[in-house]
Amino acid sequence: MLPKALILHATGTNRDHDAARALDLAGAQPEIVPLLHLRAGSRRWRDYQMLVLPGGFAYADALGAGKLLALDLNLYFADAVNDFVAAGKPVLGICNGFQALVKAGLLPSPDGTPERDPGRATLTFNAKGHFECRWVTLRAASQKCIWTRGMNETIYCPIAHGEGNFQLADSRDLERLRARDQIALRYARGDGAAAAGAYPLNPNGSLDDIAGVCNPQGNVLGLMPHPEDHIFNYQHPRHTRGECGQSGLPLFVNGVQYAAQI
Amino acid sequence: MSESPIHCLVVSTRAESNVPALVADAHALGVTNLAHIEKHDLYFLRGELEPAQLNQLAVELLTDPVTHTFVWRNDGDMSDVQALEVALRPGVTDPVAHEIVRAAHALGITAVEEAATGQRYTFRGALAKPLATDDLLTLARRLLANDVIQRYAIGEIEPTFPQDAHALGVVETIPLTELTDGELLALSRDRRAALDLNEMRAIQSYYRSRGRQATDVEFEMIAQTWSEHCVHKTFKANISLSSLVSNPPTVINGILKTYLRAATDKISAPWVRSAFVDNAGILDFDDEHEISFKVETHNHPSAIEPFGGANTGVGGVIRDILGVSAKPIAATDVLCFGPQELDPGQLPENVLHPRRIRSGVIAGVQDYGNKIGIPTVSGAIYYDEGYTANPLVFCGCVGIAPKDKHPRAPQPGDRIIVLGGRTGRDGLRGATFSSMTMDAQTAQIAGASVQIGDPITEKGLIEVITRARDAELYTAITDCGAGGLSSAVGEMASDTGAEVALDDVRLKYPGLAPWEIWLSEAQERMVLAVPPQSVNALNALCDTYSVELTDIGAFNDSGHTRVHYGSRQVLDLENHFLHHGIPQRHLTATPPPPSNARQAAPANFEQRLLDLLSHPNIASKSDVIRLYDHEVQGGTVVKPLTGAQNDGPSDAVALKPIGTQGARGIVLSCGLNPEYGKHDAYGMALSVIDEAVRNAVAVGADPSRIALLDNFCWGDPKRPETLGALVEAARGCHDGALLFGAPFVSGKDSLNNEYLGADGARHAIPPTLLISAIGYLDNVGDAVTMDLKRAGNLVYRVGILSESDAIVPPLAPETPRVYRALHQAMRAGLVRACHDSSEGGLAVSAAEMCIGGRLGMSIELESPAALFRETNGTLLVEIEPQNAAAFEEHFRTLLQALANLGSVTDHPKLEIRANGKTLVSHTLDSLVSAWNRGPGRYPET
Repeated sequence: MLPKALILHATGTNRDHDAARALDLAGAQPEIVPLLHLRAGSRRWRDYQMLVLPGGFAYADALGAGKLLALDLNLYFADAVNDFVAAGKPVLGICNGFQALVKAGLLPSPDGTPERDPGRATLTFNAKGHFECRWVTLRAASQKCIWTRGMNETIYCPIAHGEGNFQLADSRDLERLRARDQIALRYARGDGAAAAGAYPLNPNGSLDDIAGVCNPQGNVLGLMPHPEDHIFNYQHPRHTRGECGQSGLPLFVNGVQYAAQI
Repeated sequence: MSESPIHCLVVSTRAESNVPALVADAHALGVTNLAHIEKHDLYFLRGELEPAQLNQLAVELLTDPVTHTFVWRNDGDMSDVQALEVALRPGVTDPVAHEIVRAAHALGITAVEEAATGQRYTFRGALAKPLATDDLLTLARRLLANDVIQRYAIGEIEPTFPQDAHALGVVETIPLTELTDGELLALSRDRRAALDLNEMRAIQSYYRSRGRQATDVEFEMIAQTWSEHCVHKTFKANISLSSLVSNPPTVINGILKTYLRAATDKISAPWVRSAFVDNAGILDFDDEHEISFKVETHNHPSAIEPFGGANTGVGGVIRDILGVSAKPIAATDVLCFGPQELDPGQLPENVLHPRRIRSGVIAGVQDYGNKIGIPTVSGAIYYDEGYTANPLVFCGCVGIAPKDKHPRAPQPGDRIIVLGGRTGRDGLRGATFSSMTMDAQTAQIAGASVQIGDPITEKGLIEVITRARDAELYTAITDCGAGGLSSAVGEMASDTGAEVALDDVRLKYPGLAPWEIWLSEAQERMVLAVPPQSVNALNALCDTYSVELTDIGAFNDSGHTRVHYGSRQVLDLENHFLHHGIPQRHLTATPPPPSNARQAAPANFEQRLLDLLSHPNIASKSDVIRLYDHEVQGGTVVKPLTGAQNDGPSDAVALKPIGTQGARGIVLSCGLNPEYGKHDAYGMALSVIDEAVRNAVAVGADPSRIALLDNFCWGDPKRPETLGALVEAARGCHDGALLFGAPFVSGKDSLNNEYLGADGARHAIPPTLLISAIGYLDNVGDAVTMDLKRAGNLVYRVGILSESDAIVPPLAPETPRVYRALHQAMRAGLVRACHDSSEGGLAVSAAEMCIGGRLGMSIELESPAALFRETNGTLLVEIEPQNAAAFEEHFRTLLQALANLGSVTDHPKLEIRANGKTLVSHTLDSLVSAWNRGPGRYPET
């Protein structure tokens, strides 16, 4: 049985098909599910083995990126999502989905508690002050995160966001995240060395070059870049120079394989 | 009227947030003692709200605890700082306000009745000296607020919510049967109908023969339906040419028919599925899919409200693609602005500075495309003084659809269904507005013609319409564009008939007069003809995607369009009169002779190359391109930026649409050269067609299957010279299309791009023709990019080098053969890089290839004159040495079109020689830095 992946579609979601294609290629059975079908009960959370919150501009990013989708998650689906996470099922928030997970308090939970802990971190406006679309290199940094575990190669994929600057309310939380191995992905140089905050390697000014973080259990990952947009060779910006990689795919393969085991 | 109190929340960032770009702009406006500007967000909530509820709203909804601080205005004294506050005028689309009410109710705080948003700016002068009131007003008027959509106040502003401004249901009778000619013209002017005397007389005679007077609803509908924008009367006019140039016919019965459609008919390409008939041109893609392409302009609105104008321009062309039942997969934008360094004192009265127009337009394109999730992939930016008062904003959209799934025939009995946004007073008379010359008063009068878009609502339309198409829930569809419901329903019912109940139209706020409802150009609406038995299924789809559906009437076979408001019939027009009653215009054209101007011969080659590379029209546009999401949908195969460091300028882009099998891709490119238009309109048309085709061929498009779109932006066609140049450009389109076998499939004209200054001076744009090309790549893996690939490879010039130094270069008749030979070589895998030579000639082209590949080049030209000379039909290509013979073989009957110029080097230097002398020798670093130094960079980074 291929694991069934729930791709949540809210008003303004727009990279749902990109995510579906990546999950399909990685061996899952993706289904794009409108949020209202879950609210109405015509689709049930328990029928899925993994959850992906894809990129987009849910509710136009009004009041801050991901904010109103986070409100939906907490108002309508608090128990369902808690159960999903507690069951250890893989959850992935990409870009707008990451913003929603953070603003809902599902990430990063620096105290290691399973409860929602909003207000500890945010994804705010890029340091340059504007939206930016460019390709970046990511280095997997966590063995706890089931999505990045065992990943030795870098990921090369695009970003496309205006609010991807990861910041913490309390700077001491950075040490806590490091200690719990929750920093899953960092922006890096092409050779995998640390970006060390240098623009445009670190494109948005994120603290500690953080591109993605996971929850203390390691099954929930949020990241700003779009690995789902580098799953074919022809998507590589330098495929005409003989470079290729599909290096966005392994992350999805990891998640799908993990989902298949549980 | 509600008496509930209004609460105002002021949200600031924790970190002090000076906005240096605004400070720099303020200094440019002469407010030189400004040191610091901070921006704060304002949220206004109306309702009986408890302190605990206010706190909950602030903490849980309106602020980010990590980055924000907040204060409720009533709780704090803010009078000690200099502040300016800005809020939207009532009725201007404010999606954030809408979301606040929705979310507050979801949180259980249902006492929130209404919401509004605004900005607060706080200032510090240099040396703690306060700003003068005059300076604050200058900042408000010229930098921080746009009077067309916003209000401002020094200190604190109070929000306004839309009010009932009109008595309900007032329909005026317009007694026009007895009017004199002078009175008819006055009527046209007073109602901003932009109709001429013949047209007014035709209307008069219709009503005389029916023995009654017009209602205002009828008159307004006729004016919109007969507007230049909707019916293209100049392109259909009977034109007398008053002088003979190159022996064209002396009377032209319609530019469109004589030149553009004629070329398409003669070429008769079997892969063209629909040309000039639907909302967009439609082509075959593969066995299962068709692709559609449309390019629109939104010039006048962008001149007076740049963000909203460009924003709704993008939204409008996306709806054109939805109007052929296709899923939008790519957006294009070509923008023309005035010089960014223009002295503000040189600006015509009430014209926004080109910097402000540019930043607003770019932000508007970015906002819509990014939010709706359509990659903005292709475009151009061009600067010329002629665009100072009349910027041009060309917005394009490409769609894909399963074949034969686009229904076009509403049946009697089908319901008239409006999907999407609600109707407001926004955008009234936009069609006639765009058909008139602007002047200093235009911004005041036409404020209602400009709107802000709501891309998320339109995203919902994409979700619903693509599914409704697959489920065959409708029999016809069209977008609500210029003319609003009157135009959409009128068009759909033109072969049948329709009966509409205006009071069923859902409104944003009460109080619209019937004609306003019928004509409103509120955005994000589509009209569908839906069989009664399919309405429930469509309704369910709409519920799923939170799209509003409204049933406003039915199609019938009456041959009339009838509109009711309550129990009253407010409009009854015969479709034949409405759609065929407009008299053909008779115009006179005097084509200006081509100028004799020559390309300048530069003295200092070295400096000239650097100057060209940093010229605003040539320099890198990467700062703008990266503001647009060009990766969403995962199909951008040749990206707008390419090469070793992802910053080389691609000639064209290629897409592999998601959901298609096989390896086939789409190629998009464009050609634009207003400089040529000033000298020779016919030659410009040939040149820009060649440029568009050449750009497409450069990335691997098959030259035998390229389709073209035309967009003419011109001045007032009532002036014979202006119209004469237009006729010449159209003739060039015809000849160019035939030369390349590239049919036109869609086009649009935007005329009257003129600004009448208060001093009586006319400011007209240069004759501007945008040619957009769409082609195919049989295998996206075979795409070719412009960046040099490897040292040691050979560099060839492909194309026939002209000896002419005319400003508008000639186009060699062998050019199509050259492109076919090049394409065959590409298919054989022989071409490693390819880049067209256009503005700045071979030198700039070579420099860009070096920049793209971060490699050097060493070449020898036939003569120094070939260095910067602009040519048509010419490209540079990179070939591996072992493939040289095979490559040359493709050109064995075109020897004059091929020259081996030199090679790629790993020495980071561009060296160009001629006659044994070194003309140019620049390091790669100096090329890169010149190219990244274009003025008007935005945003400053």
